[in-house]
Amino acid sequence: MDYLQYLRKDKMPHIWCDGCGNGIILKAIIRAVDKLGWKKDDIALVSGIGCSGRTPGYVDFNTLHTTHGRALSFSTGIKLAKPNMHLIVVSGDGDATAIGGNHFIHAARRNIDLNLIVFNNYIYGMTGGQASPTTPTGKFASTTPYGNPDSPFHISELAKAAGASYVARTTTYHTAKMDRYMQQAFQNKGFSVVEILTMCPTSYGRANKETGETGVEMLSFQKENSISLEKAKEMDEEEIKGKFVTGVYIDRDKPSYLENYQEIKDKANN
Amino acid sequence: MSNNSTAKLMQGNVAIAHGAIAAGCRFFAGYPITPSSEIAEVLSKELPAVDGTFIQMEDEIASIGAVVGASIAGAKSMTATSGPGFSLKQENLGMAVMAEVPLVVVDVQRGGPSTGLPTKGSQGDVMQARWGTHGDHPIIAIAPSSVEECYDMTIRAFNLAEQYRTPVIILTDEIIAHLTEKIEIKPASKIELYNRGKPNVAPEKYLPYKLTESGIPPMANFGEGYRYHITGLVHDETGFPTNDEKEAHRQLMRLNTKFDQHMDSILDYEEINTKNMDLLLVSYGAPARSAKRAMKIMQKQGVNAGYLRLKTIWPFATDKIKKLSRKVDTIIVPEMNLGQIAGEIERYIPDNTEIIRVNHVNGEAIKPQEIVNAMIKKD
Repeated sequence: MDYLQYLRKDKMPHIWCDGCGNGIILKAIIRAVDKLGWKKDDIALVSGIGCSGRTPGYVDFNTLHTTHGRALSFSTGIKLAKPNMHLIVVSGDGDATAIGGNHFIHAARRNIDLNLIVFNNYIYGMTGGQASPTTPTGKFASTTPYGNPDSPFHISELAKAAGASYVARTTTYHTAKMDRYMQQAFQNKGFSVVEILTMCPTSYGRANKETGETGVEMLSFQKENSISLEKAKEMDEEEIKGKFVTGVYIDRDKPSYLENYQEIKDKANN
Repeated sequence: MSNNSTAKLMQGNVAIAHGAIAAGCRFFAGYPITPSSEIAEVLSKELPAVDGTFIQMEDEIASIGAVVGASIAGAKSMTATSGPGFSLKQENLGMAVMAEVPLVVVDVQRGGPSTGLPTKGSQGDVMQARWGTHGDHPIIAIAPSSVEECYDMTIRAFNLAEQYRTPVIILTDEIIAHLTEKIEIKPASKIELYNRGKPNVAPEKYLPYKLTESGIPPMANFGEGYRYHITGLVHDETGFPTNDEKEAHRQLMRLNTKFDQHMDSILDYEEINTKNMDLLLVSYGAPARSAKRAMKIMQKQGVNAGYLRLKTIWPFATDKIKKLSRKVDTIIVPEMNLGQIAGEIERYIPDNTEIIRVNHVNGEAIKPQEIVNAMIKKD
């Protein structure tokens, strides 16, 4: 397929570092759009702030770079005003679950028809490698020089518990799975979350060399330390520790916000 | 449809909600906060009935975020709040200023700072409306003094937002918001509505932030064939971020001067007896009602008092204040804060013109006699 027809070639080169995984996710988004035959005019790609936040600038859709953590709020407005548009929201771990955490759980509760792709790299990359809500306990960041005292969020479990109708989790190493999950998410009615573990060698890798220092080493680490949900079910807690559990966390039929609101409109007109 | 006005008994907040519907508002996102909640309540009922959307968001920040998004997608959009919520909305309000997205924010002012006096009137957010979001920026804020103006000015707020690609703040107060009085509602045929200027060039030629003669570039809605980029970063004519100092200067100066040539249309005030006067009363919002009464009392007592009511608060009526202040040696400014507009007036008047401030911050309405007494005390 021709990636270039979806990219703003004049905006290249992009700002992402050597070895960054964001481009792998961007290509998967484009493949899913292409596979589903969505028209570029009908797609809005919306971001917050951070490295993931720069994604919209590179794609030839209706693109919106909002404030930190608020991409889901802006997207909610776009979707409700133009329900036929396809909304793809990209957000980092900090953007989605720290400053934007409230919008994240409420978009899930509402089951509003948005597709959220979380670029989870365990760190605030753009601002220089500070700890995020997904930085594992004990790991190093520019604000955790003695190791992280905090406990991390499990983004997919959070989305599932909050009410999202589709939640899947994978890594930038597992591109075939990424393609499958992204297509399923885009086709799902309601709120869909695809959480993707991506690598930030510049900030996270350098500070935590045991999980890989370069992009390639970090990809290998993803490969070696990921296990499927099915496999995880057969393992005890101690064995799962430190593993990244991938798979479809939830895929359920549930009325979406748009469907519910159509009923409200019908009632108001009777 | 009738061509006549209909008389109704209505509350200020309810009038804002109905004014919004009449203006073509089809999207409202809000969060409950006293004393603005009636606006959300009425719109939750009215909007779905006109194929519009009401959504109660998880917080104040999300509310204005959704409103910016809905407007980008083409819906005339509004949110309503009060001081604490207005504070929370400031960052996304700045995003809308920067991206030049039309929308309306109603701030029903209550006593502050902080949680303050939630059920009592105030005008403490005048400067927050002007400078609440960071960075130099233009803003429009208008202030109704009656329930009928709540209705009419909400329509005007949408018109200004659409005409000038900007957020517009309706700076009302708890007194006007919860006042119930008779209003005349104009028939739809007599209401003039503006819609944002759409691009008339092919999508590949479209420049969303072009330096046009009017200073207001046409705005394409998302999903209508013009695929472009919107960001809160400083951007060039194409909408994409730039770090180029010359380009940043060019765009920020256009942004900050874009109302200049349209001041006659943006500024609005009510003037009584300002041709030949010895004393000037300047007021806005709820206290302007008492100021008008005070003027009449003064005139009965032989004082040749004039009256200026600011209907547009921001941008400030600098030229009008300069002109009128030369005619008098005393200006009385009643307002429900500690002199936020009095201080602004002070910047533009001759040194020998005295300002008498009549201020309340305890939530109590300013009475006409207090204003008269302030004049007598000075004498």
